[in-house]
Amino acid sequence: MTQLLDEIEHSQEAVAEPVQKVSIVVSKGSLEGIYPALIMANGARMEGIDADLFFTFFGLDAIRKDRQAKIRVATVGNPGMHVPTIVGAIPGISWLATKMMSGQMEQLDIPPIAEFIELIHDSGGGIYACHASVEMFELEEGDFVPQLDGILTVGEFYDRSAGAQIIFT
Amino acid sequence: MATIEVAGMLLERDPEGFLLHTEQWTPEIAEDIASECGIPELTPRHWQVVEFMRERYLASGTAPSIRSLGKESEVPIKELYQLFPKGPAKLAAKIGGIPKPRGCI
Repeated sequence: MTQLLDEIEHSQEAVAEPVQKVSIVVSKGSLEGIYPALIMANGARMEGIDADLFFTFFGLDAIRKDRQAKIRVATVGNPGMHVPTIVGAIPGISWLATKMMSGQMEQLDIPPIAEFIELIHDSGGGIYACHASVEMFELEEGDFVPQLDGILTVGEFYDRSAGAQIIFT
Repeated sequence: MATIEVAGMLLERDPEGFLLHTEQWTPEIAEDIASECGIPELTPRHWQVVEFMRERYLASGTAPSIRSLGKESEVPIKELYQLFPKGPAKLAAKIGGIPKPRGCI
């Protein structure tokens, strides 16, 4: 019986292997679509876990020079905002909500997106753009912030992610 | 409970190895914990970070975030990760004898 219990304990230990590496896919271009991924990537690096960020579709806005400073909270089609759709659609509301939220985040020492990407990059986190999305939006490397480490095909992304937990946001 | 023995003193630590009583910390303890964490020698640059973390914690009651560590310790983020590859804020806190930083940033 004791032996059996020991074996069970051992098998549970084997399951609880620590996370060594994460690959986080960012597919949305709203403030609330981007920040969780950045917080998770930075948090991984703070724990000594390897981290890559892979930006695809509208997620690319987070690393586009011309869009990075224009990331907004979605005030329409976002039940979490608890405002009627028609109110969320009033011009300027999204700007206002973003301004308020950014102020709160600054108080919590959460950096603006540009600084956050730089922080993650300097921490050794990889910053990658999705090849298919880059072609679809007719972009090139020069359209992205200097922290970009490369433009990857989905196959290259899986190659880089060997042994990683892949997280889609 | 994990303990560490330094200069004949037995110090209590939490399961992750952080000292439970920050006032018991000495620079010798720092060297011991560092080598345990895979840092064989604490250079003056390591010390700058460890002391900054400890002073900030003792003054404010919370450990600085990685963001303010990079901005205010005068050691840039890239170098912080070279000095403490397994997480600068976490390791510098452990080596400096203060509790594990609880913030997400």
